[in-house]
Amino acid sequence: MSDANGNGTNPEKELSAENLPGQRGQGGEEIRVQRGMFGAAGGGDTSGYGGLVRSVRLPGPAARPYGGWFDEVADELEGALEEQDLLPDNAIEKTVVDRGELTFHIAREHLVRVAKTLRDDPALRFELCTGVSGVHYPNDKGRELHAVYHLRSITHNRLIRLEVSAPDSDPHIPSLFPVYPTNDWHERETYDFFGIVFDGHPALTRIMMPDDWQGFPQRKDYPLGGIPVEYKGAQIPAPDQRRSYS
Amino acid sequence: MSTQSASARETTEGTVYTVTGGDWDEVVETAARADDERIVVNMGPQHPSTHGVLRLILEIDGETVTEARCGIGYLHTGIEKNLEYRTWTQGTTFVTRMDYLTSFFNETAYCLGVEKLLGIEDQVPDRASVIRVLLMELNRLSSHLVCIATGGMELGATTIMIYGFRDRELILDIYELITGLRMNHAYIRPGGLAQDLPPGAVDRIREFVKKMKKNLPEYDKLATGNPIFKARMQDVGYLDLAGCMALGATGPILRSTGLPHDLRKAQPYCGYETYDFEVPTADSCDAYGRFLIRLEEMRQSLRIVEQCLDRLEPGPVMVADKKIAWPAQLALGPDGLGNSLDHIKKIMGTSMEALIHHFKLVTEGFRVPPGQAYAAVESPKGELGAHVVSDGGTRPYRVHFRDPSFTNLQAMAAMCEGGQVADVIVAVASIDPVMGGVDR
Repeated sequence: MSDANGNGTNPEKELSAENLPGQRGQGGEEIRVQRGMFGAAGGGDTSGYGGLVRSVRLPGPAARPYGGWFDEVADELEGALEEQDLLPDNAIEKTVVDRGELTFHIAREHLVRVAKTLRDDPALRFELCTGVSGVHYPNDKGRELHAVYHLRSITHNRLIRLEVSAPDSDPHIPSLFPVYPTNDWHERETYDFFGIVFDGHPALTRIMMPDDWQGFPQRKDYPLGGIPVEYKGAQIPAPDQRRSYS
Repeated sequence: MSTQSASARETTEGTVYTVTGGDWDEVVETAARADDERIVVNMGPQHPSTHGVLRLILEIDGETVTEARCGIGYLHTGIEKNLEYRTWTQGTTFVTRMDYLTSFFNETAYCLGVEKLLGIEDQVPDRASVIRVLLMELNRLSSHLVCIATGGMELGATTIMIYGFRDRELILDIYELITGLRMNHAYIRPGGLAQDLPPGAVDRIREFVKKMKKNLPEYDKLATGNPIFKARMQDVGYLDLAGCMALGATGPILRSTGLPHDLRKAQPYCGYETYDFEVPTADSCDAYGRFLIRLEEMRQSLRIVEQCLDRLEPGPVMVADKKIAWPAQLALGPDGLGNSLDHIKKIMGTSMEALIHHFKLVTEGFRVPPGQAYAAVESPKGELGAHVVSDGGTRPYRVHFRDPSFTNLQAMAAMCEGGQVADVIVAVASIDPVMGGVDR
C-alpha cells in the first residue's frame, strides 16, 4: 500500500500538517480501532464525548525514492539478496521511511540471511547490533508480536531498523545469536517479557524475572498491578486503574 | 568456629557442597581429599565488589576461572512497563532511575526519542540544548569518578576511593542547586527542561571547574604510574575489537581497542558537533587502557563544560508550543520546589482558559503522533539507546532502553575466563556496570 499522505516520506521533507502534535494522519496502516471518550478527531462532537471511534494507524510503506542514503542501502540489500537467489520481495515485506529513519520489515524465515548480508556485505557493513526490542500489538491480527532490531554501521556511519513479526499463536522468530552474539541477553530479555521464542538461541531462559515466573509481563494484556494508596485523605487508585486518556 | 560441616548432595555432576559461611575449614579439608579441584563459587548478589546486586557464578580450578556466568535481574523494577501507564512527561521521572549514576543521559535519550516522534527536534531552544550538554558532561565526570573510585577500592586502594567520592560530591551539590535533587532529577523534559538554571549556578560551576582542574591530576599521580595499580590492571579484562563488535560492547571498552567510536562525534545530538573536544583511545584492550580513557574523558568533559558556560545565552528553555510545554511555572517555596503561587493565582483567579489548559495538559498530557523512533546518546558506559513507540495516545505505547551496562556486562565471560579469580573483580570494575541500568 502506497502512502500518499506523507507519513512515509524522505528524511529531508518537512513535516506535514498531520504529523504535528495533536493530529493524526489518515495514511499508514491501521493496527487498532479504539472506541471511547478521548482522542477521536474529525467528528462534529467537540466535547470528545459520544463513544467516538478513532483508528490507530502506524506509518505505512514508503515509495521510492526514499531519500538520502536510504536508497543506496535498499539497492545494495536487494542486490545482495538477489545474488543469493533470494527474491527481495519475499524477504522484505515492506520498507517504511518515517521521521528520518529507515525500517525494513523482514519475513521471519529470511531474517538470519538478511542480517548476515547486512553484516557482511562491504557496501552495507552493519557490524553492530544494538539488541532487540519487543512490541506487542494485540489487535494487529496475525502480526501480534514484533521484534525490532537496530543495526549500526560504524564503517558507513548509518543506522537502520529491522522489524519482524510473528503471530501470537506461533510466537517463533529465528535467533540472530549466530550473526550477532550480542543478542544473547537481548533475546533472552525479549523472550522473558513478550514470550517470543527465538529459535536457535543457545539457552533461551528468563533473565530478568524469576525462573518460575508465569506469563510475559510486557504484553499488553498483562496487568501492571499495584494497590490503591491514600494521599491527604483521598484514595488514589493503582496506576493501571487510573483513567486513561489515550 | 562452626562445627557444622558443609552440606553435601549428590548430583549428576558429582558431589556438590553448599557453603554457607563459617564452615571453610571443612570445605578446604573436603576439597583437599577430592581429586577434582573444580569449585563453583557464587559471588553476590550482595558481594561488596560486585557493584550492587550482580551475581557472578564462577567455576574455578585452583586459582583459574574456567567458566564465568552472570546472574542478573535482582534489581528489575519494571520501569519500561510502568512508562506505559503514565503520560509522556511523567516518563522522565522513571527513566532517570534506571542507571542512577547517569540520570541526565537517561532523561536526554528518552526526551530525544519523544521529540523525534513529535517532530520538534529543531524547535528545542538553544539554551535548553546547551544546558543538557552541560549537565550530561558534568554527569560523565561524576559517573567516571564513581567508576574509578569504586574500581580503586576493589583493588584495596582506599585513597582513590575517598578522592573520587570527594569530587563527585562537588558535582552532586551542583545538581542539587540546579534540579533540587542530588540524584533522580527528572529535570530534562520532552521539549526542553523543567526550569531554567537558578541564579548563581554558572558561577558555582565555574568555581567547580577551577577546583576540578586542580584535583584531576591527583588521580594521575595516585594511579597512572603506580606499579601496583599497573600490575593489577594491565592485560587484565582483555577484549579486542572483534570481541567488542560481536558482543556489542561500546563506550570505553570499545575505545580501549583503538577505535575512536563516539556517538557525540559520529551521530551528534544536542549540538555536540559545535563543541571542541577529543575522543581519547587506547590500544591495550585492557582494564588499564579503560582507566586511562576515563581519566582523559573527564578532562575533555571539563573542556566541554567550560564551552557550555561561555555560550549560555538568555532565552527560553522549553519549546514555544503551548500544547507541549509544561504549563506550570516552578518557584522555590517554603516547602521546596513547586508551582509558583503567582502562576496559580493567575490561572485560578483571572483566566478560565489558562486553568483548563493547565488542567488538561497536566492530567491528560499531550498526544504524540503514531510511529516509532530510536534515539541514542553516548553515555559514560557506551551507547544508550531509547526505542520509543507511540500509538497516538497520551502515554507511551512501548519504550525500550538499550542500556550499555546490560550489553557490556555480557563481555564479562570473555574477559574473565582463563584468568585468575582476583582479576574477575578488576575486569568487572572496568566494565563499570550499574545494575539499575542493567535490570531496569
